Amino acid sequence: MPRRNDLKRIMILGSGPIVIGQAAEFDYSGVQACKVLREEGYEVVLVNSNPATIMTDPEFADATYVEPLLPGPVARIIEKERPDALLPTLGGQTALNLAKALHEDGTLERLGVELIGARYEAICCAEDRDLFREAMETAGLRMPISAIATTLDEAMAEMERIGLPAIIRPAFTLGGRGGGIARTEEEYRHIVATGLEASPISQILLDQSVLGWGEFELEVMRDHNDNVVIVCSIENVDPMGVHTGDSVTVAPQQTLTDHLYQQLRDQAITVIRAVGVETGGSNVQFAVNPETEEILVIEMNPRVSRSSALASKATGFPIAKIAARLAVGYSLEEIDNDITQLPPASFEPTIDYVVVKWPRFAFEKFTGANAVLSTHMKSVGEAMAFGRTFQQAFAKAMRSRELDTRPDLASRTTEELVASLERPTSERFDALVEALRRGASVDEIHAVTKIDPWFLTELHALATAPEETFAGVRTFKSVDTCAAEFPASTPYFYSGWERPGPDGPRHEVDRGTNRSVVILGAGPNRIGQGIEFDYCCVHAAMTVRDSGRDAVMINCNPETVSTDYDTSDRLYFEPLTLEDVLGVLEVEKPEGVIVQFGGQTPLKLAAGLVEAGIPLLGTSVDAIDLAEDRGRFGALLARLGHEAPPYATAHSVDEALAAAEGVGFPLLVRPSYVLGGRAMEIVYSADGLRDYLDRHAPPTGEARGEIFLDRFLENAIEVDVDALCDGEEVWIGGIMQHVEEAGIHSGDSACVLPPHSLGGDMLDLIREQTRALALGLGVVGLLNVQYAVLGGRLFVIEANPRASRTVPFVSKAIGVPLAKMACRIMLGERIAELGLPSEAMRGDHVSVKEAVLPFDRFDGSDALLGPEMRSTGEVMGIARDFPTAFAKAQAAAGAALPQEGTVFITVCDADKPAAFAIAQTLHDHGFRIVATGGTAAAIARMGIPVVTINKIGEGSPHVVDWIERGDVQLVVNTPTGSGARTDGWEIRRAAIARGIPCLTTLSGGLAAARAIAAARTRDPEPLSLQEIHVGTPA
Amino acid sequence: MSAPMTAYVLLEDGTRFDGLACGADHHAVGEVVFTTGMSGYQESVTDPSFAGQLITFTYPHIGNYGVSEAAMESDRIHSRAVIMRAARNTEDAPTAERGWLDWLVDCGVPAITDVDTRALVRHIRQAGSMRGGVFPAAVAESEARELIAAEPPMAGRNLAREVTPAEATVHGPAPGTTDIVRVHAIDCGVKGSIVRHLVARGAQVTLHPCTVTAEDLLATDADAFFLANGPGDPAALDDVVDTVRELIGKRPVWGICLGHQLLCRAVGLGTTKLPFGHRGANHPVKDLRTGRIEITSQNHGFAVTAPQGGVRIEADEPVRWNTDFGEAALTHVNLYDRTVEGLELLEVESATVQYHPEAGPGPNDALYQFDRFLEAVRNA
Ligand SMILES: Nc1ncnc2c1ncn2[C@@H]1O[C@H](COP(=O)(O)OP(=O)(O)O)[C@@H](O)[C@H]1O
Ligand SMILES: Nc1ncnc2c1ncn2[C@@H]1O[C@H](COP(=O)(O)OP(=O)(O)O)[C@@H](O)[C@H]1O
Ligand SMILES: [Mg+2]
Ligand SMILES: [Mg+2]
Repeated sequence: MPRRNDLKRIMILGSGPIVIGQAAEFDYSGVQACKVLREEGYEVVLVNSNPATIMTDPEFADATYVEPLLPGPVARIIEKERPDALLPTLGGQTALNLAKALHEDGTLERLGVELIGARYEAICCAEDRDLFREAMETAGLRMPISAIATTLDEAMAEMERIGLPAIIRPAFTLGGRGGGIARTEEEYRHIVATGLEASPISQILLDQSVLGWGEFELEVMRDHNDNVVIVCSIENVDPMGVHTGDSVTVAPQQTLTDHLYQQLRDQAITVIRAVGVETGGSNVQFAVNPETEEILVIEMNPRVSRSSALASKATGFPIAKIAARLAVGYSLEEIDNDITQLPPASFEPTIDYVVVKWPRFAFEKFTGANAVLSTHMKSVGEAMAFGRTFQQAFAKAMRSRELDTRPDLASRTTEELVASLERPTSERFDALVEALRRGASVDEIHAVTKIDPWFLTELHALATAPEETFAGVRTFKSVDTCAAEFPASTPYFYSGWERPGPDGPRHEVDRGTNRSVVILGAGPNRIGQGIEFDYCCVHAAMTVRDSGRDAVMINCNPETVSTDYDTSDRLYFEPLTLEDVLGVLEVEKPEGVIVQFGGQTPLKLAAGLVEAGIPLLGTSVDAIDLAEDRGRFGALLARLGHEAPPYATAHSVDEALAAAEGVGFPLLVRPSYVLGGRAMEIVYSADGLRDYLDRHAPPTGEARGEIFLDRFLENAIEVDVDALCDGEEVWIGGIMQHVEEAGIHSGDSACVLPPHSLGGDMLDLIREQTRALALGLGVVGLLNVQYAVLGGRLFVIEANPRASRTVPFVSKAIGVPLAKMACRIMLGERIAELGLPSEAMRGDHVSVKEAVLPFDRFDGSDALLGPEMRSTGEVMGIARDFPTAFAKAQAAAGAALPQEGTVFITVCDADKPAAFAIAQTLHDHGFRIVATGGTAAAIARMGIPVVTINKIGEGSPHVVDWIERGDVQLVVNTPTGSGARTDGWEIRRAAIARGIPCLTTLSGGLAAARAIAAARTRDPEPLSLQEIHVGTPA
Repeated sequence: MSAPMTAYVLLEDGTRFDGLACGADHHAVGEVVFTTGMSGYQESVTDPSFAGQLITFTYPHIGNYGVSEAAMESDRIHSRAVIMRAARNTEDAPTAERGWLDWLVDCGVPAITDVDTRALVRHIRQAGSMRGGVFPAAVAESEARELIAAEPPMAGRNLAREVTPAEATVHGPAPGTTDIVRVHAIDCGVKGSIVRHLVARGAQVTLHPCTVTAEDLLATDADAFFLANGPGDPAALDDVVDTVRELIGKRPVWGICLGHQLLCRAVGLGTTKLPFGHRGANHPVKDLRTGRIEITSQNHGFAVTAPQGGVRIEADEPVRWNTDFGEAALTHVNLYDRTVEGLELLEVESATVQYHPEAGPGPNDALYQFDRFLEAVRNA
């Protein structure tokens, strides 16, 4: 069946903020879908609340809505845009659940919108474990013995039949959130309870455990003509029990005989038919008992998934692109394979290399979190690597992780290492390889891990003779979907180690004669370095291409748009280590390398590249050092006459204690040897400092490096600025005022653009100082500066001469692609030539960014915000006024402002007079007002009914009890200036932990009150980026 | 195994690839071909169609799960040598009865690993499959050249003779089968899977030497005749083609791979050598009558040409061709290079496919062919 001409407008749903279990892969698939559908001549309406995505760049859709992915708002967009069809299979679980809701509430039918890509029934069948099991049984396939429960009692009644250990998993949750493995009865009770809680339909699946069986995934595609192909098989090196998202996985499968593999293939095809996915891709997971050759179906996802992104990158078969074409009527046979230019897509890729994926964890960020891996996904990112052998791919993937801190293995005995493998943790393979290196046997490790001996044998060879794994010469081969059976036209490369030919390495790269610029990517997603940086790298690639040069990308993150072979002229899927990057540069011989867009990852390589004589484009290595070296930077600030918080550097505990007096408490302390701004803490006294220094003593053997001490500015307003500089001229892209006070990491706090409560003079001062800094540092490209405003004074907190986390947000807010402009500057243009508006921030709309935190996944870790970043993603709210934009951002972040209930207000004395305004508005809209003594009095004085409740010091039930009991729906709390962490801190932390909106500034509180008032009369009006930015240069 | 010795692959055009010896320690020459299947190495080397050939596996790790009786496609290894990137000898895999490399040694089959197989395959893809050999380092390149030159080229080669059985053997029926279909096959090198699938569906299969005469076959109780797969150039099998011509129209005839080529020649169509053949488990084949696409197992170096000449079939429907036995319909076409993958004679009961519906190794998408054939016979 050819293209459907009855459709004109198609709505695509994105997946929203990056959260654990749902990351950049859906930007990659969404971008592919947008491209394809527009190529096919359809109008695309896109909805995604995540501004740090390429898909939300205005040029990828006809109408782009950065709006909450919730039934209400999306229904309003549908009413406004009247699409003919909705394509929900490229936006992960979020989009699928949303489409389901829009079907169930009748919106789709009412507005005549057809669901394409997956039928409602198919979604239900795959997602409701009950229906799924039924379908599998009818199709003659087996699943683990299991039961469905919706109450604790039901679950207890089933325990007998299921047996322990049992696998407990909630329906409809991302990455298995809220599930787990119960080995004892009380573990069973506990996990059942949390599971029921986590499931939106409070339904859990109780499964017979097949821990230790092999876990396999197949990526399946089906078209209208019922033609089905398997794109890729993926084998989990970690056996059943470790979530596929947390497992080290390998493609293609390694250990199954052809006979058994073909059975899996047949069953995967049966599954996609039985579930009734008529067109598109699905991911089917199996458990296989290697001894008995029993096969059990675990689950299927009727949509593009993390694994399909992996499969696409591993094979070169663009699943999302093809899924989009299938959704609009094409059959596989009618779609070309753009890699070989050979029709059609109705074939199965075959590969002649090995691909290994490693998860990237961030437990170090969540002190106290239970680091044992289970059926509930905990990794925050992933790195993938190619090799000509499993050993090559495994070692490359391992070094692609870029760990901030190496697991401490030296201090553990071999026995301890082997024993530690019993319960898999994020360090298991580091421990495993080390144990093998020290002589542990494959058998003893198999006994504790159940990892297939084939893998262990390979790892043993790698551990004991790594040099043999990399014998030969680095040789660049291409990824061509067909094992070289046909000529490939897509320049997608990886390096393997091979015997050289008579004239050296047999490279397949044909770089032609054009000038090229190499862009270094950001590597695996992690907290503090996420999709925003990939966004910037993709923009750099587009800009380099526009300049007539070849854009060359190096990255190792399979989730991203930057590793889509369409994004650059040549893609090298390689680890971002100096050695590997130099390997690429040797064959590429680029005009220059760009290190400014990939976050810290490429910056760390900058010095080494310069040493190797590689020209860097943009800001010089010396300028980067000037900004990062506290001494040099302090001197620069002094010279410019800019204020900074008093600071000192110490090398010993005594030195630190002495220096502390000079700097003055409270202090923000961080040790230099911990990378990534980790282990930052605020201390209020010498004792506090001493305690901190003990807790962060350097690893045994290592010398205590420098200790940085800054005066911590309390109750300061934090400001972020992104600016462009060409060495002579500076252009201020955006000034963002944080909603939370300084002390909450800029990446974790909500911010507003333009600022809602900084005076004009302060804004001028900020502009002035930013200009001076940019020129003083000698920035060529992007600069991000963080300030704190306190008592009318401006303090510089830090300056980063590179693309910052906020670049995509600012770009979308002002309608100017900052990263592209920066790239043009780095390629030699002047700001004057960029056609930029004189004033970036126009008055006609307000943008709010809100962070999304993963605390709900780290049972055990305290939901505390502080100077260390914890958030995984962000959302954006855009509206004509601040209250509405704020409300949208809160809703998009999953902490929608309440429509009724109780508001808790407590403000510092200075704010008390104004607090009543908030109370008034909320009271008028039927809210109950509760407050602590002082604030209550101030409010009562204005004649507004208010209930007085206890401060923490005044005994239970106090305010935090109220919040934890769920008796409060909204918190307005402006910090009081007193010493050590006060009630305020506890209150805000309790609120955040429970997803209760918490406003920490008066203006924020007023905004919330007004937004609530407004929302009661109508849903906020959706605004597309195209409407907001009419006329601004994109 | 003892410490690996170096060895090398030499092609008739002089291209050389070094590696490590990992099989029997002598040399082997023949046609160097490659297969892109990622699993099923044992099935491949025991497939008689690989007689006279050296198999290059494009997938690097070969041997991961060992070898077992169950995976034999015939009673022995037919490929002359095996060329690999990262061979493994895993002995402890659940179903392994022996390590792959140990087994190759037992069977006296030379093998080489650590070869840049991708570079080798790209060379063959561009230059076409050619003669070559695997040699221990001890063998001088000049000597190797002579050995290769002495090897006759594949075109025009009758290899069926080398693999066909000495006398007829009977297989099946499976116990408890009712309504038995008696199939008599000309065995030019049949794969075990074909016989297994026929028997599993109620057939009794008699395999005859390829020298069997039409008279003898027609004298049997055959309900249908089957033309097996096998090695070599169909153009070199005129005698078998003559036999087949006698069978058509008398009873239903079905053929696979070489059998398909033989039947096509018997009805007056031609065959020709493909540049580097089709060997793998991922080729899409379209059934032009139903529009359905099958992912198929392939292993052939020759293809049937259209009456108007040429191997590419642009038509996308079951075009009719006139043959010596009346009208024939093109039933299957390969979507990669649009070569003929299946033919049906419309005026007599006969059909053939070029690909391998029996899989072993490869996907099971086309097993229905066996049901279709036996059903046709039962209804005939
Ligand atoms: N019956 C079981 N026994 C052991 N482990 C299991 C079982 N079922 C699932 N798992 C493990 O839990 C993980 C998550 O289960 P899955 O059904 O895939 O949920 P999700 O939707 O989170 O992917 C799987 O990857 C597997 O490792
Ligand atoms: N002197 C200070 N007073 C108050 N807050 C500060 C101070 N220095 C840093 N912070 C807070 O700590 C956060 C992280 O500090 P920063 O220097 O930006 O580290 P990073 O490199 O991780 O961004 C800032 O966003 C800010 O909220
Ligand atoms: Mg899963
Ligand atoms: Mg910062």
